[in-house]
Amino acid sequence: MPSTIVTIELNGTDRELIARPSTTLLSALRETFGLMGAKRGCAQGGCGSCTVLLDGRPVVSCLIPVVTVDGSAVETIEGLADGERLDDVQQAFVDHFATQCGFCTPGMIMSATALLNRKPDPTRQDVTEAICGNVCRCTGYEPIITAVLAAAERRRGDPAVPTPTVPTPTVPTPTVPARPAPTEAEV
Amino acid sequence: MALRHGRGYAAVNYPTGMNLGGDPSQALVHATTMGGFVVTLSSVDLGQGLRTVVAQCAAETLGIPLENVIVDTADTDTGPHCMGTFASRGTHRVGNAVIVAAREARDVMLQVAADELEVDAEDLETDGTGFVRLKGSSEKKIHISEVALAAHFRQGRTISGRGIFLKEPSTPVPETGEMDPDSCQAHACTVAEVAVDDETGVVEVLRLYNAYEIGRALNPALATQQVEGGAWMGLSHALFESTEPYYPHSREHGPVDFTEYLMPGPADIPAQTSVFLERPAGNGPFGAKGIGEMTANAPIPAIANAVYDAVGVRLTSMPFTPEKVLRGLDELRAGRAG
Amino acid sequence: MARVTPIDTAYFKGERAGDFAVIGSAVPRSDARGHVTGRTVFFEDMTLPEMTHVKIHRSTRHHALIDRVDVSGALEVPGVLRVITHEDVPNNWYTVLRLIGVGPDDEPVLAEDRVLYRGEPIVAVVAETEEAAREGAARVAVGYTDLPAVLDVEEALADGAPIIKQAGTNHFVYEGHHCRRIRFGDVERGFAEADRIIEGRYSSSPIEHAPTEPTGCIVVPQGDGRLRIHTNTQAAFFTLDNTALILGVPPTSLRVVGGTVGGGFGGKVDVIVEPLACLAAMLTGRPAKYVFSRAEEMQVSSPRAAERISIKDGVMDDGRIVARKITLYVDAGAYSRHSPYGTTKAAAHMPGPYTIPNVHVDAYCVYTNRTPSSAMRGFGVTIGDFALESHMDHVARELNMDPLRLRLKNAYRDGDMKAHRKIASGTALVEVIQSAADLVGHDLPPEYRAMSSTERSEG
Repeated sequence: MPSTIVTIELNGTDRELIARPSTTLLSALRETFGLMGAKRGCAQGGCGSCTVLLDGRPVVSCLIPVVTVDGSAVETIEGLADGERLDDVQQAFVDHFATQCGFCTPGMIMSATALLNRKPDPTRQDVTEAICGNVCRCTGYEPIITAVLAAAERRRGDPAVPTPTVPTPTVPTPTVPARPAPTEAEV
Repeated sequence: MALRHGRGYAAVNYPTGMNLGGDPSQALVHATTMGGFVVTLSSVDLGQGLRTVVAQCAAETLGIPLENVIVDTADTDTGPHCMGTFASRGTHRVGNAVIVAAREARDVMLQVAADELEVDAEDLETDGTGFVRLKGSSEKKIHISEVALAAHFRQGRTISGRGIFLKEPSTPVPETGEMDPDSCQAHACTVAEVAVDDETGVVEVLRLYNAYEIGRALNPALATQQVEGGAWMGLSHALFESTEPYYPHSREHGPVDFTEYLMPGPADIPAQTSVFLERPAGNGPFGAKGIGEMTANAPIPAIANAVYDAVGVRLTSMPFTPEKVLRGLDELRAGRAG
Repeated sequence: MARVTPIDTAYFKGERAGDFAVIGSAVPRSDARGHVTGRTVFFEDMTLPEMTHVKIHRSTRHHALIDRVDVSGALEVPGVLRVITHEDVPNNWYTVLRLIGVGPDDEPVLAEDRVLYRGEPIVAVVAETEEAAREGAARVAVGYTDLPAVLDVEEALADGAPIIKQAGTNHFVYEGHHCRRIRFGDVERGFAEADRIIEGRYSSSPIEHAPTEPTGCIVVPQGDGRLRIHTNTQAAFFTLDNTALILGVPPTSLRVVGGTVGGGFGGKVDVIVEPLACLAAMLTGRPAKYVFSRAEEMQVSSPRAAERISIKDGVMDDGRIVARKITLYVDAGAYSRHSPYGTTKAAAHMPGPYTIPNVHVDAYCVYTNRTPSSAMRGFGVTIGDFALESHMDHVARELNMDPLRLRLKNAYRDGDMKAHRKIASGTALVEVIQSAADLVGHDLPPEYRAMSSTERSEG
């Protein structure tokens, strides 16, 4: 089959590419447009590392032939921040230590973003369902769930207080050395 | 038929570092013109946060703000040798090497500052905000950017240091196994609480309680990441994971993707309650021990022991699949009947 | 802001001195901003003109002689540039730990006259696209004569078992011994003195690291003739030195760039992808990428070794363990990789964090016809701890004793001699048990509450 010209609205800007029928949305993002945020973890739709938003819905971009999404809007991790200002989900992932190796993070954040766009006041179960297709091998998920719930609060304008999800251990005189996060200027 | 609850315990220790063959890592530190300090390594950050912790070690030793430290790592053309990131060695080995390098660089920094201030270097101290100052004086001070500029353009000195940490080789005695295989030992005790469905054999881990002795938590948030993520992996190993479900009898039916290779998802995780104890290791950087690996270990037997507590089945083969639980229950019933 | 595990400063109060500015603070991760913006650069996050792709034709047999390798079908696939066989590999035999003196070189980069496991690489195909490389690899035809396969560690060591290794034994040889030995005290006398003998047998299956980022590398020929290797190896110089030895080139002709890895867990310390990608780059003069597919990651990359562990304890009625004998088998699969070291580490870990006067350990590193195992988080210890701590629970049940008191009674303390004859120091098993008991409200009598790793007060 011949190659065709495909137009997508990529992070708010119309972009064109010439694609073969076998070219995936993930390949188009990475190889044609140089957007490396979506990761190729399995190329089987099993890990969620390549998750992007297609017309607002989270999809595994490794399974989608790009020719089938002609005319659609695609949002990637690169489109979230406003210049150097992180969006609420990104900032919550930083603040709550929800990243370790970072490979699953872009896909995880896009799945979370889709949830919060759809449902600004999610329950813990909403969050676990939203990210259940995103494999993380490092964190054990708890910090990610915490971060998504905290991001939802931030978006709603609530005080940026993390939702306590783990009971505090009863031990004598626990001390938590803490250092304030750097200000915007320090970063 | 019911959900039956149980509690299980396990306690472990874990060695820091690769034994036997000689286990070194090196670091270089140098100041840039305006007082940035570059830590140059060939070490690998797998996601445990080595870059962050190493920067903390350098800033602490140099006595300068963390923001002044740059970590440049894992280019073999520029970074000196590191054995690698494994064996719970990264923070211990690389941290130690960085401290040695940073001390040497600090000595030069203080000497340059002393010459600028026309005082003795021994009388100087760093204040952690970027100044080198005369002890006991609030006026007699110089900023590290001025020190670095002076070193470069007036004094002709390199503010730099070299560091290495080597765990020396230890050859085991063949007859007895006498050897020196580790630098220190970290410790953990896990209590697991499970619910076992005696109809389906499914084990659910409800809660994990962990006490970890880790030498020193150089960054308690990163240490928390290690212990929580590690305990999750232990739980995953215990209940789900195998590349060969019929090992050793058949090599067939091996999973080839994430839909077949099962791991607990975000809805399957237990509540974790943890506490750190610190018994600093004499040979660790600021007392830290390696903890990256240990954290997956204690949950596995703790879960097995909790299953025994719940239903009386001693699971002796990992992973603890529903099939094994049900077979164990069948044997118990057969035993009672017989 | 973040959830941080509290530090219980009541323990080891006197030893925790130190006034720090930055150490001990929960400073933010320096890499977090890159992770959340997608700017963190992993090895695969680059597009290069003229990039070639490497895929592998692998053995379909557990153990077989190779009669015939026909690559003509691969070369007919449009886009296929080269095939690489063992004849193209300058120094085809290696073992990764040779840098610290472990031998012999027991593994070929590409199979020669035989295969020892299903999935063993035989031919590498280099092509313009991943699809062409995959298609080319599928078109390679190999003729086999099957040999008897050994798939069980104890069968591998039995009399009359087919010998699968060219070195002549189905086990690694430790200075003339069949296994890594620990001999401490007199275990038979300990058993004779014990009130009872309690035995157990524990086992595991192979486990995959399953990092979200697959193992791989991109090799880029440089203007000065050197090769720049972008890789997610866990050990940059390990990879550089082993690759140079395999390629027969000076180490100065290679440069490894990495350090940012999408999860390792021990799975990225074998030097598997870099030598073949370098060869592909050298033979084509173009950049070459070799990344494991997820299926290769799951079934061909080294898993955590399966182990089988027997424990025999001599126990007194009051809970003291006076003798412990352990037989441990590590299923190394077809080749050594890091398993000889891991087996020694397993032996050194025994008899666990307990002071037992009579200890006897035989730890075997056994070869079978399956995917070579290698390092994984907790290497040599994780499965041992499963066995040890399951067995401690078993002993406690047999004695009708509180499992924490049993452990406290036997816990190692500072100054104790370990079975491998190193004096214990910096111990804290007693305290983590006491602390865990606090967390769950598990009652400990005063004499157990008063125990300490730093002194032995009880009789």
